[in-house]
Amino acid sequence: MIEFLPPALIMLIGALLIGPTRGAWRSAVVLLTPLLTLVAIWQVPDGVVTTISFLEYPIEPLEGSPVRRLFATIFAIMAFAGGLFAYRQAKWYELAAAFAYAAGAIGVSFAGDLISLFLFWELMALFSTVVVWCGGTPAARAAGIRYAVMHLIGGVILKVGIEGVMVHTGSIEVQPMLAVNFDTWMILIGILINAAAPPISAWLSDAYPESSPTGSVFLSAFTTKTAVLALILLFPGEPVLIGVGLYMVMYGIIYALLENDIRRILAFSIVNQVGFMVCAVGIGTQMAINGAAAHAFAHILYKALLFMSAGVVIYRTGFNKCTEVGGLFRTMPLTAVCGIVGAMAISGFPLTSGFTTKTLISQAAADQGLVAVYFLLAAASAGVFLHAGIKFPWFVFFQRDSGLRPKDAPWNMGAAMVLFSLLCILFGVAPELLYRFLPYPVDYQPYSPGKVVLYLQLLLFSGLAFFLLLPLMRRTNTITLDTDWIWRVGLRHVWSSGESLLGRASALLSASRTRVMTLTYGRANFYFGGQESRDGAPRGVFARAWPIGTTAIWIALLLTAYVTFYYLD
Amino acid sequence: MSMETEKSKNPLSPGSTPGESDAWLARPATIRLLWRVFTAVLVLSVMVQLLFKVKGYFGLDGWFGFGALYGFLSCVLMVLFAKFLGRFLKRDEQYHRVDEND
Repeated sequence: MIEFLPPALIMLIGALLIGPTRGAWRSAVVLLTPLLTLVAIWQVPDGVVTTISFLEYPIEPLEGSPVRRLFATIFAIMAFAGGLFAYRQAKWYELAAAFAYAAGAIGVSFAGDLISLFLFWELMALFSTVVVWCGGTPAARAAGIRYAVMHLIGGVILKVGIEGVMVHTGSIEVQPMLAVNFDTWMILIGILINAAAPPISAWLSDAYPESSPTGSVFLSAFTTKTAVLALILLFPGEPVLIGVGLYMVMYGIIYALLENDIRRILAFSIVNQVGFMVCAVGIGTQMAINGAAAHAFAHILYKALLFMSAGVVIYRTGFNKCTEVGGLFRTMPLTAVCGIVGAMAISGFPLTSGFTTKTLISQAAADQGLVAVYFLLAAASAGVFLHAGIKFPWFVFFQRDSGLRPKDAPWNMGAAMVLFSLLCILFGVAPELLYRFLPYPVDYQPYSPGKVVLYLQLLLFSGLAFFLLLPLMRRTNTITLDTDWIWRVGLRHVWSSGESLLGRASALLSASRTRVMTLTYGRANFYFGGQESRDGAPRGVFARAWPIGTTAIWIALLLTAYVTFYYLD
Repeated sequence: MSMETEKSKNPLSPGSTPGESDAWLARPATIRLLWRVFTAVLVLSVMVQLLFKVKGYFGLDGWFGFGALYGFLSCVLMVLFAKFLGRFLKRDEQYHRVDEND
């Protein structure tokens, strides 16, 4: 076995080289780094590869297993397609940040211990924030700050949990656990923040749509799916996740239905799709874990494809709202077709990757006899078609004629979209290509006639519902309040009312201080006299010339008192 | 057939009046045709259940036309629920911007 560099390191070196290189060299770095990383990923054998001792803790930055390699593979493929999509349009620092972000995701995939997992986790938080900032607008800057704050808080919570587990168990291994005590709950919450779980899902739909048309393609892939991998590695079968996942599934659909911003629709549908995976991890059987891993893999492909399609539209038209575009299929046929392929895949239409992976999760729910979960997931599958499968292509490419006649995608963007479209269909037509890399052996046949018929009915009649209810779905120039209202508006109101309360208190305080000062000054002036007393004004009580008789009486009184007390003693 | 004509009256593209000179996909004749094809596909997707038995896991989901009814009803419910929530949660898109720049 020859020595090779860790995959995350190759990606990181690539990210560093993007800045200093120019022209064709830079293009070569962008396109070749992910491929080299991919080769390195497939050199990682099962089990711990390297161990470094740090503060008496065995750090294992590189540990291989099928599920780890699967996630790292899709992250590298994503970096390649994202690079291809972006390298002629994006700023070099956006590409460099995106590659460092991908390096973080690949690092997390192979992290054998909680300390290196945490380090790569923070690398992702850092560089994904830079990618958000590359949106370049004041809104992107503000959203980036909110995004960073949320992820730093998530990181601190995760770190608290990791420290707790280190102190109380003495082990820093990445191994399955359940949320049973404070430490494990902290780790779970830290991971769930990155998965955009409730009640703080809002960071995702807040930040991603503010990034550049190329940046959102990268953002859609890494953070939430690394969180899914972390859940698979650390919390398989944690029952809380079933409920959390189902909530995310429904939240994504409802909010996407209300949304007007093209990429925000897709952002909500990320939460929806990650909900399927989180729910599957909660079910926790071999079938369910396979489903979560396969669905994450397929999801990265079609969600990036959808973001690419939306990105091209925004890049070419400068518009990012449903109310501003429409009828673009006339001059953007390639972008429209690729967008539709992505939309079919996310909806889980038969012959697309969504069908062959999502049905694994439904099967797992059915196998465990989870009736409610099964039926809710089925309803959600119809809902996905409603909010992403039709709504996205309909409002962007059809709907009405907006009069816009933009050019179709630049060749590199088109190539990236075609590549991912083909992969979406490939894994739908030949699912065993993906199944064989799943963590557990797959004994599942997605294409039984009954299943295909059931899904076709669900999806087609969901489409019927969409067109019949179209008048109810007229887009409006609105946003929908989310839980982030609490800190973006609510807390600020609390702050400013607190401020005005303090202001009033301080005014009261200074008024009474003035009163006390005036009073004291008046008394002092009365007894000791003031400067003006030299000018013939009455002097203070103690400063006056007193008659000698009064003084004699006072002395006599004092002496009497002294003598009296002396004898009393 | 009556269902079909009813649907073909549905305004597919409100606010636009695509003429015969427009792209093939946007012509009223094409849209009528698409509605016919769509209706046929819908009917077919249910009828095909006579040929292939949907096994179902919990009885209910093996019923004739279950997927069609369930898919349609859950979507209607979701749209109505979203509409209902929107009444309380929708704000002008400048809502946060105005607030944060003060």
